[in-house]
Parts: sequence; structure tokens; C-alpha cells
Amino acid sequence: MIEFKDVTKRYMTKTALRDVNLKLDKGKIIGLVGLNGAGKSTTMKLIAGLISPTKGSVELDGKKVTRRMASKVSYLSELDEYYSFYTVQQTIDFFATQFPDFNKEKAEEIRAYMNLDANTKVKHLSKGNRGRLKIILTLSREVPVLLMDEPLSGLDPLVRDSIVKGLITFVDTQKQLVLLSTHQIMEVEMILDEVIAIKDGVLVDHRDVEELRYDEQKGILEWMSSIYE
Amino acid sequence: MTDTFQSSQPIYLQLADRLNRQIVSGELKPGDKLPSVREMAVSSKVNPNTVQRTYRELEASGIVESRRGQGTFVTENEDILLSIREKLKQEQIENFIQVMHDMGYQNQEITEGLQTYLEGGARHD
Repeated sequence: MIEFKDVTKRYMTKTALRDVNLKLDKGKIIGLVGLNGAGKSTTMKLIAGLISPTKGSVELDGKKVTRRMASKVSYLSELDEYYSFYTVQQTIDFFATQFPDFNKEKAEEIRAYMNLDANTKVKHLSKGNRGRLKIILTLSREVPVLLMDEPLSGLDPLVRDSIVKGLITFVDTQKQLVLLSTHQIMEVEMILDEVIAIKDGVLVDHRDVEELRYDEQKGILEWMSSIYE
Repeated sequence: MTDTFQSSQPIYLQLADRLNRQIVSGELKPGDKLPSVREMAVSSKVNPNTVQRTYRELEASGIVESRRGQGTFVTENEDILLSIREKLKQEQIENFIQVMHDMGYQNQEITEGLQTYLEGGARHD
């Protein structure tokens, strides 16, 4: 579904990704791990069509990714970028006007599931609740690709737990591909189908997690420490 | 079912094992319907694909049957239930004996120890 062919991405003099080849199939939840600055966000932005490769190509369903991929990709960035004067409900309504694939009923269902008050203004939300709002907005779009950059970062364990449960409940694992980057491997390791390690812009390893457990009796953390030592 | 899985063993096998035990212990009875894939995924906090795989494994072993449009059910076939019961017993015994042998216990010591333990345990039951 997504394919990177010899992708290199340079910003000025800094190489963010180097000769990356990668194939991702639909119906999978895939983790992207690596230290800060390893190239995780660059990888996601390339799939979202927010940036273009310096060399090589990124394809989605056999077509070269362009800025118009926004119609197939729901991208949750690391940043908070919502209008602070809107309420939760207004933010959801606004998103519904921006994306034709936005499912308002699903948004309402996830909002209720996440226990997030519809009438609170975004500027009055705690960090955890802003994290929940982001999840609602990302998962409510009925698109084949969901990209989540650090969806758990900086959130307390209870919020992380509700987000992980939200993913299990609301992602359509038959049809959707989820690529998420995280430092909180412990929280997500039971829900990942595959894991990809990036180090200094180079894709070091890409594994099926259950195979890793079966073949090497290794969990993701042990596998990671063998890579990053 | 909130207890966690070991991260270094395949989750689909651990989940299958857990369900087999629930069936043998009678927690899940013959003919009982298993939770849907999604429900099971949420309650055990694992990927729905993993649960799907577990159900496929269990179905292949005959311990559960999937009925089109209705869900997955524990088999009512006595022969299969008995054979799973026997299989789990053998596995446990093998594990136990392996550990005891690794520590250097002889068969006679093991049988005597078991006998004494079980007789003692029976009195306290």
C-alpha cells in the first residue's frame, strides 16, 4: 500500500533519511521507533505528502505521493494546532467541514468513549485532554492511512491507556494502516503488528512482531536494545 | 482478563493457551460463545489481528467452531474436549519434570514428593 523506493531526504546540509526502502501493507498497526532526530517525523511527513523526497520516490497504492494525499491520509502531528477559542464540539464540527471523509457519528462515539466534555474550550483543556481530542480527530476520518506522530508523548499513564484502548476499538484493522511513532513502547507493544527501527536516517530493521517473538523469543524492547546499543 | 502477556512470546499463542485453560477449567463451557474479535482485543488490550489469529488457531485445533454470521463457539465435541484436557495435563507435567530434572532430582524423589504433597494437600482441602 505504501512504498518507499531509495528515498533520501535532505534539509539543507543535513540528511534526515538515507536510501530508505520500505513496504507497508494495509490492515496493520506499525510502530516506528528511533531516537529523537532519527527521521521518524520526516518519514511520516513524506507519506502525508507534506514534504517531498530529495531522491527516490514514495508511493501510495502505486501512485506517487503528492500534497493531495491529504484525502487518503489522516495525520496527527506532534504539535497542537487547533483553534484555542473553539470548544471540543466546535473543533469536531470544523474538522467535519474540512474533510469529506470525516465521520461525525464516529467522532461523537469516540468523544463519549474518551470521556471528553464537548463544551470545554480547547484552551481550557489539560494536556491529556488535548491528547484525547487529537485522537478523536485523527480516528474519525475514514481514510486508508492513519499517521500518528508521538500520540502518547507527555501524557500520563491513564490517558495513554485510554488512547491505546481507543486505537483497538476504533481503528478498522481490516482496512486501515496505522503508522505510529512512539517512545512509549511498553504501552503499545501488544497492539503492534510490525515495528520499524530508524537510526540516524537509516532504516535498520523492519520486523513482524509476532515472528520476532516466535523466532527469537524477543520482545520489542530487547530487539531495540540490540539495535541501539 | 487484565493480566498481561509476556512480551517475548507470541501473543496469539499466549491468548490461545489462556482460552484453552478457561475451556478445560470450565470457565468457558461447551457451546459458549467467545467474545467477538474486537471485544476480546479491547478486554485483553491486544491487536484485533492477533485475536483473529488466535481464533483461527483454536478453530484449526477443533476446540472452537466459527458459525457464519454468529461468532465463535466452544466445541461441544467431547472427544476434542477430552483430548485438549489431556494435552494440557501432559504439557504441565512435562514442564514440571523438566525443571525438576534440571535441578537434579531423581524420578523416585519426584514421585515420593508428589505423593506426600498431594496427600498432605488433600487433608487441607
